Amino acid sequence: MKILVPLKRVPDPATTIRILPDGTGIATDNVKWVINPFDEIAIEEALRIKERLKTGEVVLLTIGQSNWQEQLRTGLAMGADRAKLIVSDKPLDTLAIARVIAEVVAEEQPKLVILGKQAIDDDSNQVGQMLAEIMGWPQATFASKVDIEGERCTVVREVDGGLETVAFALPAVITTDLRLNEPRYASLPGIMKARKKELKEIPIDSLGVDLTPKLKIKELKAPPKRQAGRKVGSVEELVKLLHEEAKLI
Amino acid sequence: MGDVLVFAEHQHEHFPKSTLVAINAGLEMARKRGAQCVVAVLGEKVEALAQTAAKYGAAKVIALEHPGLKNYLADAHAQALANLVKSIGAEYVMATATARGKDLMPRLAARLEAPMASDIITINDDGTVIRPMYAGNGMALVEMDGPVKVITVRSTAFDAAPEASSPSPVEKQAANLDQGSLKMEFVNFNEIKSDRPQLTEAHIVISGGRGLKSGENFKTVLEPLVDVVGAAMGASRAAVDAGFVPNDLQVGQTGKVVAPDLYIAVGISGAIQHLAGMKDSKVIVAINKDEDAPIFSVADYGLVADLFKAVPEMAEEVRKLKQS
Repeated sequence: MKILVPLKRVPDPATTIRILPDGTGIATDNVKWVINPFDEIAIEEALRIKERLKTGEVVLLTIGQSNWQEQLRTGLAMGADRAKLIVSDKPLDTLAIARVIAEVVAEEQPKLVILGKQAIDDDSNQVGQMLAEIMGWPQATFASKVDIEGERCTVVREVDGGLETVAFALPAVITTDLRLNEPRYASLPGIMKARKKELKEIPIDSLGVDLTPKLKIKELKAPPKRQAGRKVGSVEELVKLLHEEAKLI
Repeated sequence: MGDVLVFAEHQHEHFPKSTLVAINAGLEMARKRGAQCVVAVLGEKVEALAQTAAKYGAAKVIALEHPGLKNYLADAHAQALANLVKSIGAEYVMATATARGKDLMPRLAARLEAPMASDIITINDDGTVIRPMYAGNGMALVEMDGPVKVITVRSTAFDAAPEASSPSPVEKQAANLDQGSLKMEFVNFNEIKSDRPQLTEAHIVISGGRGLKSGENFKTVLEPLVDVVGAAMGASRAAVDAGFVPNDLQVGQTGKVVAPDLYIAVGISGAIQHLAGMKDSKVIVAINKDEDAPIFSVADYGLVADLFKAVPEMAEEVRKLKQS
């Protein structure tokens, strides 16, 4: 079974984000770049499915600059089989990203596309759902458990108020939530093997997708800062303040 | 100028507060764009529910009915809603960024070939919106082009719509739905029932972190304080990952965003991703034994103490206060 895992390069979650004063974005000089944590979970899930079924191929995909190869190599080192890098330096909105992935899906014909529910820089949480609609496929977002029996897939989803289970026939799109799995570290032999695995670069214009952005970010500003608070000396003082000063208890 | 269509989510024959938030945001967008706000209630038999939605000042409420809409499923709902958008010529389609809103609206947007802005906190007069990025460390001013624009709103960024002086007209419509094209099956919903206030609606939230060390401690140490205060209970991602509490309690960038009047963080260090989910709370209290914990940088009142002593003490102090 072929599984396609689109992934995104994002700043490491531990990075202190600094907003540029001219409103054009974030400072990148101190940024360590990593695979979006939710996409890492997607790679891990794809590998586990392949291992369970004892057959299949895990193909990684990213849309970005040439140096995003690094993140693809990390995924290959985890155990994915090959990778595709759609090279683009244009700003792309989520609809354009979904359309580009759809082109690759049409060519590769995977049975399953698994990706992170959201990129931790953009926080849009849209691409997986948009891709599913473009392909006319079922979607299961915020997956915390995935079961595949033949052509049938059952997914437990983390929703408000509890866990919802949905089912459908493949092919489908699944987006990952935090508790789906814990991604493995790339082993040293894995890192060595990754160097020889296929990584193809494809210019985005060759795909014939309309990339005109319909959503534009005009400016990025820092949020207003909270006023500094104070430390209290005891529980008694805290409760008194909450009762008398803040009038909340 | 096209109308604003609001998707009114419902569960158990009831609209959660988040739906009233969506209606209010829809009314605001309509006001600012010189348009009308129409509310859509989808389901198998939803006329009664639509009458309830009619209390909040929309120009019209549409009860969009079809057996295929009985349980929420993304493909059926996106199809029915998209057909409604086209038939009424709506320009903005809005919902709250709940789990359902997040699941549905991007699919709807793609079906309409429309751009979508997620989790917005501000609607500007010109129709541009502001939304958080980078775990709330950046606020983006976003402009969307096209005949249709899809928006989800952050549930804490707008008030719930107040009841209006007179009810909106309600119109029942059969949804345009091609059941043969639908591929998803609802299996079940394992609901976590609680007598406590809902995390996203409560005035006071008390959250526990990894510092509580076990699920048992959540029950014996934190819950007595939660209950004497009458709060909702939340948790950090670390506590949920460790299995101390169910996922439904997670507050944070990728969990629930809350903005209660009072947020008490117990044994939570205050990682950026947690702050993203609660830093708009009116008053923040932190109890942590590490005086350098980042949570103290956002706390209005900080108590450096061992939570296993401080929390029971606080529960007792509050109990005394309530009895006096």
